[in-house]
Amino acid sequence: MSISKEEVYKKVKAVVVEQLGVSEEEITEEASYTEDLGADSLDTVELVMALEEEFSTEIADDEAERLTTVGKTVDYVLNNLK
Amino acid sequence: MMFNGQVVVVTGATRGIGLSIAKAFAEQGASIAICSTKDDQAKKVAADIGSSFNVQTYGEGVDIKDFDAVGRFFDNVCDLFGQVDVLVNNAGITRDNLLLRLQKDDWDDVINVNLNSIFNTTKSVIKRMLKKKYGRIINIASVVGLMGNPGQSNYAAAKGGMIAFSKSVAREYGKKNITVNTVAPGFIETEMIESLPKEYLSNIIDNIPMSRLGTPSDVSRAVMFLASKDASYITGQVISVDGGMYM
Repeated sequence: MSISKEEVYKKVKAVVVEQLGVSEEEITEEASYTEDLGADSLDTVELVMALEEEFSTEIADDEAERLTTVGKTVDYVLNNLK
Repeated sequence: MMFNGQVVVVTGATRGIGLSIAKAFAEQGASIAICSTKDDQAKKVAADIGSSFNVQTYGEGVDIKDFDAVGRFFDNVCDLFGQVDVLVNNAGITRDNLLLRLQKDDWDDVINVNLNSIFNTTKSVIKRMLKKKYGRIINIASVVGLMGNPGQSNYAAAKGGMIAFSKSVAREYGKKNITVNTVAPGFIETEMIESLPKEYLSNIIDNIPMSRLGTPSDVSRAVMFLASKDASYITGQVISVDGGMYM
C-alpha cells in the first residue's frame, strides 16, 4: 500500500495543528517546530508521540531528534512507512 | 473507594514500607503491581494482597538495576492492566559503614538499587503517563537524604539524589498533569532498622520530637495522600514523615 506525499503532508499537518495549536496557514514544509511554530522541547516530544500514533509506528529517539521541520517529518514518514 | 480503577506500581513491595503501601492502595480498590528481587516472593505477596483485598494484582521478580528488565516489567504490567496511574519508587537497600571503611561495592550497590533504579522505572512510565496526561509518581527517600547521617554516605547520597531527581521531573511534566513528590521517612519500624544496635536506636529516639519510631502505615498514609485527588496541586515537594526529626 503506497501513500502519496500529498496525503502524508496533509496528515502531518493535521497532527501539528492539533498538537501545537497553530493554524494550518502557518505551516509550510520549511517551518521549524521550535523556531517557527512555538513548540518547546516537551511539545516536540509529544508531537512525535502523536505522529507515532497517527502512523502506527515507533520512532526511535535519535530519529525523532532529527524531525525538526514539517518537511523532514513528511520525508521520514515517506521513507519509513511503506 | 479512593483508587478504584487505578493501577498502582510499587517497587520493593514484599515487606516493610513497600508492602504497607501496596496493601493500603489495594484496600482502596486499586489494581496492584509489585516487583521485588525474588520472583517467588513477589508472586506470593501479590497473590496474598489480591485475595485479602479482592483486587487484581501482579508480582514479578525484577532486577531493578537492569534498565531493560525494568522496561519488560512495565510492559507486562501494561499488557495486563493497560496503564500505570501511580508509581511508587520504594525499593531500597542499605550498606552502612564509615566512609573510611566503605567499600566500592557498598557504594555502587546502594547507588544502583536506590537511585539508578528510579531512572529505570520513571523512564519506563513517563511516556505512558504523558499520553494519558495523568500520573502520580511518589519516591520514597529518607530523612537521611535531607540531614545526612554518619555511616550512611552512600545511602544519603542516593536519597538526596532521589529528591533532586523528583524536583526536576516535577518541573518537566507539571503542565501535563503529572505530579512527582517525595516522602522522606524517618526511622520506621521495619527489618531495615532491626539490624541497628539497641543503644544507637535509643539514642535516635531521644532525638525524635515525637519520641517514638514511625510505623509503615504512617508512611503509606502520606503516600496515599500524594496519590489522591486531594493532592492534585502538589508537586516537587518533600513530605517528611519522621516524627519531627528534620524541620
